[in-house]
Amino acid sequence: MEVKVFASIKEKIGSDTIDLFVGDSITAGELKSHIFVDYPELDGEVFQVAKNEAFVKDDEVLTSEDTIALIPPVSGG
Amino acid sequence: MKMFEVVNDELDINKYHQMTVNEHQGAVCTFTGHVREWTKGTRTVHLEYEAYIPMAEKMLAQIGDEIEARWPGVITAIGHRIGKLEISDIAVVIVTSSPHRTDSYRANEYAVERLKEIVPIWKKEIWEDGEQWIGDSRKYHPSVEEK
Repeated sequence: MEVKVFASIKEKIGSDTIDLFVGDSITAGELKSHIFVDYPELDGEVFQVAKNEAFVKDDEVLTSEDTIALIPPVSGG
Repeated sequence: MKMFEVVNDELDINKYHQMTVNEHQGAVCTFTGHVREWTKGTRTVHLEYEAYIPMAEKMLAQIGDEIEARWPGVITAIGHRIGKLEISDIAVVIVTSSPHRTDSYRANEYAVERLKEIVPIWKKEIWEDGEQWIGDSRKYHPSVEEK
């Protein structure tokens, strides 16, 4: 599952996407746990999960067909 | 013409202004947010903005919908610039128009507050001796509506 990352997370990873080896579907909450295991350097980072360009809650099911992104706290304006 | 957009180049204030004017509107309120050199004694050299563009434009449009629900008759247009911005450059333009002035003022302030809560755009401050991505110190606002 490919996950888009931005800003501070992108800089820490050194890439604008991360690949997670998970099954065909996973909840947003499980995704968060996986990320911290696979990318321990993100420990302490705060983010929300977006599915198909909308914020979702932890119980939302994500599949490899969806566009998934990690959204750190925003600072536009 | 897009009423809610993220752009890489200089913002054209008049373009957004004109999009909100029609024969029903008697008041137009235009807010521009600029790059500030001094923040609590720290000098910023320049800023870099990054966006998740398709989601950011959807969220800006959502703010327009929220405004329409709260203040029927208000027309909103918002442009946000990303990339490298110098001191005093315009980072955001928010235009709200309404039949009478009060709604345009209120809707305009609402728009900028919501923009700072829900629109995936990030600012990096570059100082003389370092740089940092800026997160909202309030973290996420409880009113962020997750589906």
